[in-house]
Amino acid sequence: MMMDAVNTFLKNLAQQPWGLWWIQARRLVRIEVRRNLFSWKAGWVYFLAFIPTFIIFFHFVFEYHHPSWLSDDTNVLASVIQLYYIRLGVFFGCLGIFSRLIRGEMIERSLHFYLLSPVRRELLLLCKFVAGSLSAVLLFGSATIADFALMYAGFGAAGRDYVFNGPGLGQLEAYLAIIVLACLGYGAIFLLLSMIFRNPTPAAMMLLGWEAINPVLPSLLQKLSVASYLRHLMPVSVSAQGILALLTVETEPVSAWAATLGLLVLIAAVLFYSCYRIRTLEIRYTTE
Amino acid sequence: MNDQIIFEDVSKFYGEVLGVNRISLTIPPGITTLVGPNGSGKTTLMNLMTGLVQPSNGRISVLGHAPVNSPDLFRILGYCAQFDSFPRGINGWDFIFDSLMLHGMNEAQAFQMTAEALDRVELGNAAGRKIAGYSKGMRQKVRLAQAIAHHPRVLVLDEPLNGLDPMARAESIALFQELGRQGMHLLISSHILDEVDRISDRVILITGGYLVAEGSIRQVRQEVREKPMQVLIRCDRPEVLAARMFSVNHCVEARLHADGQGVFLRTGDIDQFYSMLNGIAAEGLVKIESVAPADDDASAIYQYLIGSGGGAS
Repeated sequence: MMMDAVNTFLKNLAQQPWGLWWIQARRLVRIEVRRNLFSWKAGWVYFLAFIPTFIIFFHFVFEYHHPSWLSDDTNVLASVIQLYYIRLGVFFGCLGIFSRLIRGEMIERSLHFYLLSPVRRELLLLCKFVAGSLSAVLLFGSATIADFALMYAGFGAAGRDYVFNGPGLGQLEAYLAIIVLACLGYGAIFLLLSMIFRNPTPAAMMLLGWEAINPVLPSLLQKLSVASYLRHLMPVSVSAQGILALLTVETEPVSAWAATLGLLVLIAAVLFYSCYRIRTLEIRYTTE
Repeated sequence: MNDQIIFEDVSKFYGEVLGVNRISLTIPPGITTLVGPNGSGKTTLMNLMTGLVQPSNGRISVLGHAPVNSPDLFRILGYCAQFDSFPRGINGWDFIFDSLMLHGMNEAQAFQMTAEALDRVELGNAAGRKIAGYSKGMRQKVRLAQAIAHHPRVLVLDEPLNGLDPMARAESIALFQELGRQGMHLLISSHILDEVDRISDRVILITGGYLVAEGSIRQVRQEVREKPMQVLIRCDRPEVLAARMFSVNHCVEARLHADGQGVFLRTGDIDQFYSMLNGIAAEGLVKIESVAPADDDASAIYQYLIGSGGGAS
């Protein structure tokens, strides 16, 4: 009985027009990435991504780099990733990118062109998510690589040794993984919020507050947070002082794979619900 | 039944606001015009049949497809909506080319069909320009080109003549007529009632979300029994004819034609009226050149059924 159901499911799956979906997905992602990256409205996302790079560049050019300060700069870079990118840069960057994908098109009254094309709405939503994620990862990922390179370039041979023979490259990989997961996590949430609320910004501000107080919440509620998963993936623990300590504290140690899996499950659940929402989405531009 | 558009007892409420109420319609191939005042439910009806809004009650079938997340329907349907907006920063060519690529076409096919659609609306020269820089008429044309580019079997056009100059309007009407002759379903909403007359096979009159009448214009006019029909009779002695008709009590109103060579007569019983007219012609009292109904056009029917001064939109 069970095998029959599985066979039927697999047969149905094989009969889907995967080739057509692939062609449509490629086109949709191309259109969306073009619009996400090459428009004036994307300017402030570039700003959010590269403002630390700009500051670190000045640090690289104008400040003396003593080899004994290398560990200090490693901590500074970890703080930039955890306190700026995860909490602010990626958060607001994704808010800008992902809330535009559906709600922005409703405000600009152009979403109906997509909904009238022969593309399944679920595919449309997932392609928009992929395009938004690619755009965000491209911007924040390249900014992270640039930050990392500039941070250690000033140390000369000691810096090269730290990067290529020490823990440097491993840390960079971890930072990139964190940035990718942050973009996916916040992206999925903002995509959903933009479908639920006409103006997703107040909800995003509540989410920002939720993420901030999350470490002091009960263990079960901590699982409903993007930043709480990402904290466990940090290769360098940030010892923040005062109120900022709330953002870096690890209340309950979780292994890296469990944190990654937990976040991916959260993203999948949010996207699943978003797919349900877009199936019943109505175009009523007059209420926008 | 699969070549028809069917609304079965369809209602749509936006919260507590009525969009359309209990609409039942069967639309065969050809050109059908939706006529009604602002807020009457024309656009709601069009949005319902294209799946942009879902009915609160009832069932819709467009050539056998339910318009709910139905890629198969959108392969055979083109919708030129009234929203004068486009994806940001796009040019005319990409607007149509991208939409064709989403049909799963290869680039060569999409290229050829984009060029064909732009030529059809005579916009080929402006294809490379940003749509934001187009005039209102050009934007209307590029939307029309996008709607017809994939050769749909059903074309829904919401106020397609808005913003077009007289020449472009005439060209568009000729295009609609050609598409109608090809057996396509064209559903057009328009407030230009003279043009509705020229192009429509049938009309749907709607007001306040309710269907008032549907059918061919003459059919609908004949159903409006309580309104006296007006007939224009071209003859050599219109005053004599009018007096005679009044004397036999078969006329409720008479008005001389501006050129003095005819008279508009209103009658409550058109069959009796024609038989009386035959009698008068046989008597030789007046020499009748022609007889033609003068108010079986969309404008008159609109005024009779919907009641405004012809300000449909």
